[in-house]
Amino acid sequence: MKLKQRFKKSLPKLVTVSPVSIWLLILIAIPLVYVLVISFASRSPSGGIEFAFTLENYGKLASADYLKIYGQSILIAFFTTVISIFISYPFAYHMANSSKTKRTILMLLVIVPFWTNSLIRLYGWKTILGTEGVLNNLLMDAHIIKEPLNMLFTTPAVVLGMCYTLLPFMILPLYASIEKLDRALLEAASDLGAKRIHSFFHVTLPLTSPGIFAGSIMVFIPALGYFFVSDLLGGGNTMLIGNLIKNQFNTSQNWPLGAALSIVLIIVTLILVKIYTKVGGKIDDLGVA
Amino acid sequence: MKPMVEITNVNKYYGDNHVVKDVSFSIFDGEFLTMLGPSGCGKTTTLRMIAGFEEPTNGSILVGGENVSDKEPFERDVNTVFQSYALFPHKTIYDNIAFGLKMKKVKKEEIKERVTEMLSLVQLEGFEKRMPSQLSGGQKQRVAIARALINRPKVLLLDEPLGALDLKLRKQMQIELKRLQKKLGITFVYVTHDQEEALTMSDRIAVMNGGILEQLGTPDEIYEKPKSKFVADFIGESNVFEARVEEVQKGALSLRTETGTVTAKNDACVQNEIVYISVRPEKLQFSEKEVEGFHLTGVVKEHIYVGSFIRSIVVLQNGFEVKLNRLAGSDLPPVASVTNLYWEKEHAVVMHSRQHQIFSLIDNVDLGEHYETETAL
Repeated sequence: MKLKQRFKKSLPKLVTVSPVSIWLLILIAIPLVYVLVISFASRSPSGGIEFAFTLENYGKLASADYLKIYGQSILIAFFTTVISIFISYPFAYHMANSSKTKRTILMLLVIVPFWTNSLIRLYGWKTILGTEGVLNNLLMDAHIIKEPLNMLFTTPAVVLGMCYTLLPFMILPLYASIEKLDRALLEAASDLGAKRIHSFFHVTLPLTSPGIFAGSIMVFIPALGYFFVSDLLGGGNTMLIGNLIKNQFNTSQNWPLGAALSIVLIIVTLILVKIYTKVGGKIDDLGVA
Repeated sequence: MKPMVEITNVNKYYGDNHVVKDVSFSIFDGEFLTMLGPSGCGKTTTLRMIAGFEEPTNGSILVGGENVSDKEPFERDVNTVFQSYALFPHKTIYDNIAFGLKMKKVKKEEIKERVTEMLSLVQLEGFEKRMPSQLSGGQKQRVAIARALINRPKVLLLDEPLGALDLKLRKQMQIELKRLQKKLGITFVYVTHDQEEALTMSDRIAVMNGGILEQLGTPDEIYEKPKSKFVADFIGESNVFEARVEEVQKGALSLRTETGTVTAKNDACVQNEIVYISVRPEKLQFSEKEVEGFHLTGVVKEHIYVGSFIRSIVVLQNGFEVKLNRLAGSDLPPVASVTNLYWEKEHAVVMHSRQHQIFSLIDNVDLGEHYETETAL
């Protein structure tokens, strides 16, 4: 009787929340659990999965070859993040201080490229950077260089592609935090004798640092995994964690190892987000919800 | 007294919007001056122009004899207490107060000494390490004041600093601010829309309306001798009658209002001039019989007991409601009875209406001296 009553009481909750829960369960929770489970399984000789508990996959992750790839991947992600900050901050600052119409236009300029497939846009960069590409031809015609520069299929090209693809993820959180900044605080700083540069370092920068942190997370983590950027612009010369994972699932047919790599990447992500919230950042500002 | 701030023919436009209209006045050294007016009257804009946050479209602003019109806020010897306090949320109370001195690269030991001195001045000893979010509204306000005063500015600008506080705290802070100002001898320029606050705190009040400086004077002058209908209405309560000058005798005027004849002291009026007469509710009196010089009757609508006095409402023939404040215990005509109203002629303030110029021109009357004073306003 009591159970029945309780059921009746929670029925509305169940009905309204269930579709979302089921959705999340099927699309996120179950695949995640599956990845977790197979990360402890082993590869069968034919490339399938043998379900026998083992930590072997995680052990393999520490091999010297892999460590080199992690190092390279982290370095590329780091440079991508830093360069993105320096490009995005002035842009976001300008956008936040613009009139409403100008703001909308700038926002559109940031968002519209999103609506085109990023692969196609990266192919665009290929035609710009290639030996016979737009940039080299331009420089040769202008007699600035005699031999075409080798730009494509280099690590800087990968960083460029990463920055290009991930820039909106840096601009948007930065814009949100700069826009929220109380202008009276800048007036107060100026009133108290602070020149613009001092106002920036004493007030603007510290108060918008959550935006910088949020943007950094949004850029750094995908930059570890965006294998297609290094495939297209790195030409296979640059291996990222993302390429490694992809290769395990594709070429090597070693799903358990790929799963273990994925799990580690997820854990790193969660740790970064945890640090972010610890220092006062808000999950909503990450814009993932 | 030498002027500390001189504002000369200052105008401010936002696009086509003319928010400050040719305002000129001086603020003396050590004075507590309040700019008073309804929202949108240009008082805050004027304050912000003194601070340097806004640039005057034209006109000049001098602080301590030096033209600061095109100087940045950080180059001016003035400091501001903001309505929203604008404390730096990421800095401790100590660092907030020390900010101005740090910017001036004052030595650390001196900063420490002066911050401690300021904290004791605003009675916040021991709050050094707290963050602004841990303080109450009143405490934040004190920090904002300390943060501004530590720079020893020539002028302290206060933009509705008590606006966000509750009534009791407000009253307390009013007294404290006034005491602080007297003790330090710094020129205070205070912006408020609260006329009571202005009357109790200020040495002089600048009443503004629609971008125009309506009147500048001591609280007493502003209250007793308002120069315009707006000032009379805005400061305290008043009964304002529109009237036409019937007869100018020596020292007295006979005036015709829509509902009867009244008397007032002559104040440079000419015959047929249209004026406003302002009479404070406490100056109006009941009479059973008609008083000489007055023919003003109405029906008593109600008596309301307001503690120390009684507020009476009398309705005139044209429906205009006259307010009277009489001491509790005085004889009052019963409700619904017809009563005569009068006042001592020196208690009525005559204000030259802006219409009189046209009126005078039509009637071809000599415009006289008051015309010039009127246009000078």
